[in-house]
Amino acid sequence: MTMMTIVQAINQALESEMEKDERIILLGEDIGKNGGVFRVTDRLFEKFGERRVVDTPIAESAIIGAAVGMAARGLRPIAEIQFMGFVFEAMDQLVAQAARLRFRSGGTQTAPMVIRVPYGGGIRAPELHSDSLESVFAHSPGLKIVMPSSPYDAKGLLIAAMRDPDPVLFLEPMKLYRAFQEEVPEEEYTVEIGKANKLREGEDLTIITWGPPVYTVKAVAEKWWTEKGVSIEIIDLRTVAPLDIETIIASVEKTEHVIIVHEAVKTGGIGAEIAAVISEKALYSLAAPILRVAGYDTPYPTAMVEEEWLPNEKRINAAITAVLEE
Amino acid sequence: MWIEQNQLDIKTIKYIDEKGKALQTDISLSEQQLLEMYKGMVKARVFDVRAMKLQRQGRIGTYAPLQGQEAAQIGSAYATGEKDWIYPSYREIGVSIMKGMPMERLFMYTMGHLEGLAQHAANVFPVQIIIGAQYLHAVGGAWASQYQKEDSVAVAYIGDGGTSEGDFHEALNFAGVYKLPIVFVVQNNQWAISVPFEKQTASKTIAQKALAYGITGVRVDGNDVVAMYMTMKQAIEKAKAGEPVLIEAVTFRQGPHTTADDPTKYRLPDEESEWGEKDPLVRIKKYLTESGSWNEEKDQQLFDEMAELVTQAFTKAQSEEPSQLTDVFEHIYKEKTPQLVEQQVQAEGEKRP
Ligand SMILES: Cc1ncc(C[n+]2csc(CCOP(=O)(O)OP(=O)(O)O)c2C)c(N)n1
Repeated sequence: MTMMTIVQAINQALESEMEKDERIILLGEDIGKNGGVFRVTDRLFEKFGERRVVDTPIAESAIIGAAVGMAARGLRPIAEIQFMGFVFEAMDQLVAQAARLRFRSGGTQTAPMVIRVPYGGGIRAPELHSDSLESVFAHSPGLKIVMPSSPYDAKGLLIAAMRDPDPVLFLEPMKLYRAFQEEVPEEEYTVEIGKANKLREGEDLTIITWGPPVYTVKAVAEKWWTEKGVSIEIIDLRTVAPLDIETIIASVEKTEHVIIVHEAVKTGGIGAEIAAVISEKALYSLAAPILRVAGYDTPYPTAMVEEEWLPNEKRINAAITAVLEE
Repeated sequence: MWIEQNQLDIKTIKYIDEKGKALQTDISLSEQQLLEMYKGMVKARVFDVRAMKLQRQGRIGTYAPLQGQEAAQIGSAYATGEKDWIYPSYREIGVSIMKGMPMERLFMYTMGHLEGLAQHAANVFPVQIIIGAQYLHAVGGAWASQYQKEDSVAVAYIGDGGTSEGDFHEALNFAGVYKLPIVFVVQNNQWAISVPFEKQTASKTIAQKALAYGITGVRVDGNDVVAMYMTMKQAIEKAKAGEPVLIEAVTFRQGPHTTADDPTKYRLPDEESEWGEKDPLVRIKKYLTESGSWNEEKDQQLFDEMAELVTQAFTKAQSEEPSQLTDVFEHIYKEKTPQLVEQQVQAEGEKRP
């Protein structure tokens, strides 16, 4: 075990899989000599050379489209989109090509590849650098969407993604990249895609969340326990497609109160999907309406107001009070 | 016949050499015009140096410096008319300043003010973050000018790296097909973050890319403000006659890509000092001094004057009321949707989220 940040854990996952599997090629902007703008691919260029760690021209559609072609012909491309706001340039190749190749070839062609994308706010970045767009992709059958919130999960999930037979969108929370360290095994291991993590046991209320807000939610839950004796169960989804419905429903049936916290804008978000699933499968277990604490329905705002815009402690506390008072 | 790279002999237009000596006789710029351009360059330089410092002190946010590219920006912007439209990327601070953007607005933008997004200069599109997207907006703008029989051109800016995006190629293609009044300016500053020009494209020059789309291309010494101005002037004339032009301005980004970037990771100090000697401000200053219209004393005065203006702009930006959360609900639709109205009320302090 070694103490690692998310950046280090991802770097190690890439390195160990690349050592074992020559089919893996990394493609992206500034990922080579520069080691990525967040240094996630640091030292990999030196170690594996420019045939396997490729600094591409600035062309997202080409990066993803070429990866589809490579994957279909036996390679295992890991493509990076530098910031999530730039993913739209590659939209066709991602949702209409990568996601559908298996279906549109009647199962005879596939595109096993990973698309790594830093996302999320709270780092005072310029416009179009901080968006959370998971729900845009969750609406595209054929893609898996993985969103780790800790170094341990990041490494295990990325290795699982690299070994997955389908295209996996691997979203990395920028705010948490270096926010803390945790014990991570040096050796390789996988964390199952599609399985949520029950981060905290509780009886009174379930909070379902993923990505950067996980840490805010943990802090809030701790305070409600120590200050008011309210026990909050936290589910870190880890994967938003596919959703771990079983874990969600079991928790709702136990606590009867649900809040969903996500950074992406509220309308049409994954939170809406989860609320719908709960109402289909466990409506009569609920003792109060399901509340969502999410980004407001606005473009991601400028630095001066982003902390207030994000699902912060104050907003989550207000939701907890409202749900428990029902 | 095979068409090969080597058949193309592309020369770089230059009017003033590194020592400040004129290489051409047809410089149709008055002394006053030359001085105005130099003043614009100094203003941009002083703003840029200050912005870098303020970012390091944590007083403004991420900033993308333009140092080294003042001639390419000021020369091209100075040649545009009041009716012409500019479509900038994040690095065209010099162009914005030349087109009359108040400097306090530029500071407010980097400070993360919502109000900093509002454009306060004539005919300048909002700063573009997505590489290449503005090239297509410029095509549409030029199309509108043509359709409405306006006497104006669209001027689109991009970097060398941006020429790899599909949007760049689609824009040039449309411009050629529809014979649009547009000038495409590429500031080839040698680097796209950490990727050098030769890893960005296998073509020898950017200028030659115009040929594939049936439009005219030209390569200019981008550190020569006179060459930039003269070329731009002609390009605008051509564009107005329905002949779109692609200008490659060969220049160099002297600083980091942005304040979040560390160029020592990917480039050698040699390259920086080599280009440092070709500094665009030094060249025009030498030329002006040579012709007798400029001296050290006036120069110092100009720098001081600009420093004072920049200080005033920053003070003004700082004294602006900070943005409030409630402001984010404005400017999304002409009229707020019911959802936004509800969320705004919640944000302003209701109990339920
Ligand atoms: C579509 C898109 N992809 C990637 C980026 C990230 N990015 C910002 S600037 C940049 C390099 C641009 O280089 P160049 O076009 O040469 O312009 P310069 O910054 O040198 O002026 C990159 C890759 C972006 N902003 N938009």
